[in-house]
Amino acid sequence: MSFTENIGEATIGGLAYVGSLARLAGGAARAVFIEPFRGRPLRWTRAIHQAMSVGVEAIPIVSLIAFFVGLILALQGAYELRQLGAMQLVASAVAISMTRELGPLMTAIMVIGRSGSAFAAEIGTMKVNEEIDALETMALEPVRFLVAPKFLAMILMMPCLTTWADFMGVLGGGLFGVSNAGFTWGTYFHATLDALVQRDIISGLIKSVMFGLVITAVGCREGFSTGLGSEQVGRSTTSAVVKSIFFVIAVDLVFTALFYFTAPQK
Amino acid sequence: MPAQPISKESTRGGSADNAIEVRNLHVRYGTREILHGVNFEVPSGETLVIMGGSGCGKSTLLRTLVGLERPSEGEIWIHGKNFAGMSGAERDELRKKMGMSFQSGALFGSMTVGENVALPLREHTPLDESTIDIVVRLKLDQVGLSGFENYMPAQLSGGMKKRAAIARALAMDPEILFFDEPSAGLDPIIAAGIDELILKLKKAFRITILVVTHELASAFLIADRMILLDKGVVVAKGTPDEVRQNNAPRVRQFLDRVAEPELAAEIDYLQMLTGEDPPQRR
Repeated sequence: MSFTENIGEATIGGLAYVGSLARLAGGAARAVFIEPFRGRPLRWTRAIHQAMSVGVEAIPIVSLIAFFVGLILALQGAYELRQLGAMQLVASAVAISMTRELGPLMTAIMVIGRSGSAFAAEIGTMKVNEEIDALETMALEPVRFLVAPKFLAMILMMPCLTTWADFMGVLGGGLFGVSNAGFTWGTYFHATLDALVQRDIISGLIKSVMFGLVITAVGCREGFSTGLGSEQVGRSTTSAVVKSIFFVIAVDLVFTALFYFTAPQK
Repeated sequence: MPAQPISKESTRGGSADNAIEVRNLHVRYGTREILHGVNFEVPSGETLVIMGGSGCGKSTLLRTLVGLERPSEGEIWIHGKNFAGMSGAERDELRKKMGMSFQSGALFGSMTVGENVALPLREHTPLDESTIDIVVRLKLDQVGLSGFENYMPAQLSGGMKKRAAIARALAMDPEILFFDEPSAGLDPIIAAGIDELILKLKKAFRITILVVTHELASAFLIADRMILLDKGVVVAKGTPDEVRQNNAPRVRQFLDRVAEPELAAEIDYLQMLTGEDPPQRR
């Protein structure tokens, strides 16, 4: 096959994959936002259960990672700012990088590792055990039954986790600010609040919802496409993690560019 | 015979006395055709056993009948309605009247046995929890699993899993019950128990039952009619006695358990899978 044919085939394959993600997310969104009003209720208990495992159980690890990342940002920022004699800018550097970028991104990466992979493994195992077929023969739509509760849990929990990660990151930066940059906790938080505008936080939260959507779609898509045999479940899980990270970063780029070009000029 | 309702479906779909009617069914995966024009019918209340060796297409046939695969050609009429040509919502309505017991059981591992049986009732019926509870206990009692409501599927033995899966298939009081290899992977005693259960269900409820199996003893025990599939075509059809007296070589080979000559070459294996003549014979 020629080089151009390879490129063409890869492009079509990539577009088809994105299309299948969109269809899955669309089906789940329908089941969450439209079907309940047509007398087909969502499995609320399942959604709450998922929200616990996606969100609440992730708090310790997300807190720790965000705290470290905040601290690292402060250290790296201070390395450069010290030479300019602008150490007081550490607080705003940490605040803006955390809320706009690293809070949502690090949260997404942790959630991919914890939940995206779990979605693929759960659905993949069900596929291998004929449970997905069983759902269909019982006239239960797998997307409504399995994906919709995960979808709802994810789009609710991602912004919550991200907000918490933002806070922990600021706390991490504060540790450096207080111990090495002449801040007190009071002045550090004051500087942080001064630096942030509403747009910083909101743009981060919009991203986090999009990340949640992508992680659910990719995790479930990989689960559904699991082949025969239990070793395939491992492959789907790995592939869910790798593809989720790629798509999250791609979506991040798109939204960051969007926010940049639509930002009011100062 | 009672007057047939005259509708588009019954005139084109043949007799409503037949629970299932399959006409000229072709199924393909990609470019490979698995079933090459299968025809048979199952009168209401009868038990049909589909036999055949590995790779003959019997599992594909069953998956197509319950709507997990789409036929590339041909028709499937279920109670006088064209199942293969239906939209999603219509298919789902019909599916609620069909129960399927999978080879592995396919119980939901995250739910207890009781929740598994209750699931279709909770999703498809307006019954309240206490009624569902009673129905679940009744269904588990029918398959001999009373008192196992709160067990997880992983805690059950192979035979018990099959029974629990049958209880789940029975939950909606189906008119047609499908079994995929009900005795696969079970020891002879447990397998005989499952056969007995199928016979009991047949007598007690007069459900139309369709069983896919390669276990000869169990096939002849439970069947009212049977068909033998070979390489995607029906090679024998009839009552167990008629099939037993069939003298076609492939039928005799299967029934008398004559070993296939060993496949020495990859090309022979491919031929067995595709049913097509390879370009060159050795």
